[in-house]
Amino acid sequence: MRDFDYAAPTTVAEAVQLLQSHNGAARPMAGGTDLIDQVRVGRLTPDLVVDIKKIPELTAIDFSTTGLRIGAAVPCYRLYHDAQITAAYSALTDSATIIGGIQIQSRASVGGNLCNSGPAADSTPSLIALGAIVVIAGPKGTREVSVDTFCTGPGKNILERGEFVVEIKLPARAAHSGSAYQRFIPRNEMDIAVVGVGVSVTLDAAGQNFVAAKIALGAVAAKPLVADAAAKALIGQAVSEATIQKAAEAARAIATPIDDMRGTIEFRKHVTGVLTARVIQQAVERARAT
Amino acid sequence: MSTTEANPGKKYTVIGTRPIRHDGVDKVTGRAKYGGDIRLTGMLFGVMLRSPHAHANIKSIDYSAALALPGVHAVVTVDDFPDAENKIAELGEGAINLQHLRHNVLAGPKALYRGHAVAAVAADTVNIAEDACKLIKVEYEVLKPVLTAPEAMKPDAPLLHNNVYTNSLGEETKQLSNVAKHFRFEKGDLEAGFKAAKVIVEREFNTATVHQGYIEPHNGTAMWNSDGKVTVWCSTQGSFTARQQVAELCHIPVGNVKVIPMEIGGGFGGKVSVYLEPVAAILSKKTGRPVKIIMNRADCFEGTGPTPGSYIRVKMGADANGKITAAEAYMAYEAGGYPGSPIGAGAMCVFACYDVPNGKVDGFDVCVNKPHTNAYRAPGATNAAMATETVIDEICEQLKMCSMEFRLKNAAVEGTRRIDGPVYPRIGMIESVEAIKNSDHWKTPLTGKNRGRGIATGFWFNCGLKSAVTATVNFDGSVGLVEGSTDIGGSRTGIAMQFAETLGIPVDQVMPSVGDTDSVGYTDVTGGSRVTFATGWAAYEAGLDIARQMCQRAATLWEVPADQVKYENGGVSGPGGKQISFKDLVVQTCKHGEPIVGRGSADPQCPGGAFATHCVDVEVDPDTGKVTVLRYTASQDVGTAIHPAYVEGQIQGGAVQGIGWGLNEEYFYDQSGVMRNSTFLDYRMPTCLDLPMIEAIIVEVPNPGHPYGVRGVGEVPIVPPPAALANAIYNAVGVRMTQLPMSPPRVLHEILAKK
Amino acid sequence: MAKKRIVSTTINGTQKDFLCEPRQTLLEVLRDSLDMTGTKEGCSNGNCGACTVHLDGRPVVSCLVLAVEADGATVETIEGVACNGQLHPLQDSFLNNAALQCGICTPGFIMQAKSLLAENPNPSEHDIRFYLAGNLCRCTGYDKIVRAVQDAAGKMSGCCSEAKV
Repeated sequence: MRDFDYAAPTTVAEAVQLLQSHNGAARPMAGGTDLIDQVRVGRLTPDLVVDIKKIPELTAIDFSTTGLRIGAAVPCYRLYHDAQITAAYSALTDSATIIGGIQIQSRASVGGNLCNSGPAADSTPSLIALGAIVVIAGPKGTREVSVDTFCTGPGKNILERGEFVVEIKLPARAAHSGSAYQRFIPRNEMDIAVVGVGVSVTLDAAGQNFVAAKIALGAVAAKPLVADAAAKALIGQAVSEATIQKAAEAARAIATPIDDMRGTIEFRKHVTGVLTARVIQQAVERARAT
Repeated sequence: MSTTEANPGKKYTVIGTRPIRHDGVDKVTGRAKYGGDIRLTGMLFGVMLRSPHAHANIKSIDYSAALALPGVHAVVTVDDFPDAENKIAELGEGAINLQHLRHNVLAGPKALYRGHAVAAVAADTVNIAEDACKLIKVEYEVLKPVLTAPEAMKPDAPLLHNNVYTNSLGEETKQLSNVAKHFRFEKGDLEAGFKAAKVIVEREFNTATVHQGYIEPHNGTAMWNSDGKVTVWCSTQGSFTARQQVAELCHIPVGNVKVIPMEIGGGFGGKVSVYLEPVAAILSKKTGRPVKIIMNRADCFEGTGPTPGSYIRVKMGADANGKITAAEAYMAYEAGGYPGSPIGAGAMCVFACYDVPNGKVDGFDVCVNKPHTNAYRAPGATNAAMATETVIDEICEQLKMCSMEFRLKNAAVEGTRRIDGPVYPRIGMIESVEAIKNSDHWKTPLTGKNRGRGIATGFWFNCGLKSAVTATVNFDGSVGLVEGSTDIGGSRTGIAMQFAETLGIPVDQVMPSVGDTDSVGYTDVTGGSRVTFATGWAAYEAGLDIARQMCQRAATLWEVPADQVKYENGGVSGPGGKQISFKDLVVQTCKHGEPIVGRGSADPQCPGGAFATHCVDVEVDPDTGKVTVLRYTASQDVGTAIHPAYVEGQIQGGAVQGIGWGLNEEYFYDQSGVMRNSTFLDYRMPTCLDLPMIEAIIVEVPNPGHPYGVRGVGEVPIVPPPAALANAIYNAVGVRMTQLPMSPPRVLHEILAKK
Repeated sequence: MAKKRIVSTTINGTQKDFLCEPRQTLLEVLRDSLDMTGTKEGCSNGNCGACTVHLDGRPVVSCLVLAVEADGATVETIEGVACNGQLHPLQDSFLNNAALQCGICTPGFIMQAKSLLAENPNPSEHDIRFYLAGNLCRCTGYDKIVRAVQDAAGKMSGCCSEAKV
């Protein structure tokens, strides 16, 4: 593996300073499960790896009535081991449960998954569906952006030199809402999503009509997609097979996948529709169950 | 329980029991030493530089900058090996042209596949050696690659070699071609056979290149001493074969090479050819220090021999009663960069389960720009069974006949002559089918939407070859047993059990170990399902040898003529009811006279073919094409199950490899010939979450050609699964799959096309 | 080259200090520097689980952990599973159930299964298959591995000292 130096700062300011000082050749590392492999195969060539796990706020979880704050380096297993988070942010814990195997989940973080910015990242569609805000620290201070605009292409995002993600904020769960994430993979574990769909829906008190919805797609474009048209097809409509199919069709329409070793264009487009319908259905069931 | 003990009348005391394996504790505590665990004083680390191109002329290699890097001790290319002779070396199971082997280890004038080794560096650390590889300048003239057999057979296809001429039907032609060989087997009158048929089905099949997928990467460590003796530590399926290949490539006598086989983390046919050992030896010669090389996972996929992708066309006819009247196959297997695919075995296996009165099989060995293919568990047979067994399913559908009955009606039996010539001795094809027919699985109806059941059968020859063991009796009556078969799956215990059975002593009193090439007699590779059969036989001979010596001891002790004593029931008996156990006799007499050493060697000729029948239930998601295996049962005639738990393990493991091959495993190439999925993430071997329990039904039709009735077990269970799955998928959702793997995109494509 | 670091850890209950380069993984250091070769390398991409160890009580693939990250941490490896010459119930049940063939994946499976039983002493077959999905075995078809874990769980239930990692 390529030679690099290692630092483990304990404050955000120190981390920013380290990242800034290496002229773009420093990389933040949370769980390292993507970074170490990418350095090994030569896809990343850092001179300095900045381990951000020693910064207390990066590994903090704060669940309150106003929402959820997750430090960017919180490993996946801590999310799905938390019953409150699992109940309120089901899509996110769906994702956390299937990112790699159990060993990977001991280390891999949602923040790292987001910053790696792979089009097939399992947690990003869930974050989009749940309306997450990304808190970024950098030389100019702290800024907050919607997760919808965070990824810009395969492995690319809006982070500028010296910046890194500190935490992810999720709004409080609305009444009568439910969320879910599913992906299609050829095996039942240990695969990269061929198609991934995250959905959050809010129903009326009777559980009969869609009041709000947000849908996001993974692995079917150069970056995770916000499927606004699909969500619009739901909002204000009765919960029915026909409504859900319209949304699924709208999701399928915006998919622009590629042919690769994980799936064909034909397959990915078709399954985008199939999975969107299934995940909406699951989100509805969860919304009704509360 | 997953075993049907078909041999309740207990003939044996040790055979058929389930003792804990002798090497078990070392393996569950992490103490067992595998090839990668070797540590030697002064050891250097080697790294191979590999071709980024699938097909290229190598114009020049300049490694001066690499050599100048601090910490680098040597760089080698193919020029550091002496010229190889243009001759075939027999490697036990399989053979290879030495010039090809030399160029496969380090590329000669051409890089013939992506990942082809081009140079190697020895340095103080792996990291330094990797950095040095980046400093080697190789000038390539990139050529157009050709990636499948049908493409490579076209007259205008890019040629891989300028010295490979087609051997056509036994004759050397002057035709330069990617087709190294075309052969044909014929029997009866094909035309008349098809005329007599009521139903004829002809289909084309394409199967992808797949890898053995052993978890332990290839490794090789070598020390070239100043006296010209070379010691090699490696994970190999055959230490003597590794010795021969190293000696041949380095032009030194085999007596100068000692191979010390380490524990081996899986092989399945992929660890017979050498890749690293000769390179480590040459690097050691140059540096005077031991050199260790370990492949990374991508190297294992790209730089070692997978088993071939293939194009197969099968045509079969049957009469109104469901009797096969004729069968024809055209089979082209990818050899990879150098000639020598397992097409021969595939062609012999394609109709081997059945009594085919009129048949013809054409086989083609075709060079393509992929790694030089190698054996993988019943090499060549799985591809062939995919074709035959699904065509049979279609014939049965047209005849409205149960495919189980069809298989029983046409099953090969003792006396059946295969299309390629041999006449079967007593075999268990019918018994293996009947075991499924009588199984709880078959008798339990499958219900539910999009679910289907499929069955398929498979055949593998098994082989005999040479084996040797030595046994030394200790003063306390225990016995040290040194055998030459490297132990991949617990075989040393199966061998010790046959030895213990022969002497009638407890198996925990036998301490088996795998010897190096200087300490045990010549033994062929751990392959061909031969170890329990042939090395077990050698152990039996060693047991007899010791029994003879024990009889002499007893005769002396009792002062009776030697012909009046007899070895039986775990000891010696003599006139007047005299009896003494093995242990007591040893304890009483061992201090006097010469040590007791037994030897056994074998080169048996009648391995007894293996037949397997598998039954699978699947559910297919009609909206995604994903296939879920709900239930799986595999029956197999194993002759005699020496250690039933490990026999079941072989059946279960082989079946699951076949399931992986059937559903998801493939080398995925882009147009430039680069494998895009050379990781365990994207080369999708089954995880435990993808499978149900695998029920193994052991059928015992003893092999008349073995003292304990053993047949080879390990290979045939990989043969039926893809075909059984294809038949189940058809029964679930009505689509006939003719391509492997039957991955979700392919199955979905067929489902959508049908709509 | 980046400066070497001194790392202080507790491995299998014993204080261990070692010197390593920042780029060295925990797997490399265990095997090459500390001569603890029981932890196996299968892929070095985090995809096979052969190198599974416990880091501060959690199962991790040691090929995707930098050795410097282990500073101040506790590490448990296969070498620490048997205690005073007594095999752990999982090790016993792997032997009794013939749950290994070549054995290269076995240390990783035992480490992972040990974690599972600490978290969930009575796992269903599905729980076992899900928890072990990050460990590849190419020899056994997993049948006997799953049975071995079920068997060990049965034998360990009620034994609270084994319910901890």
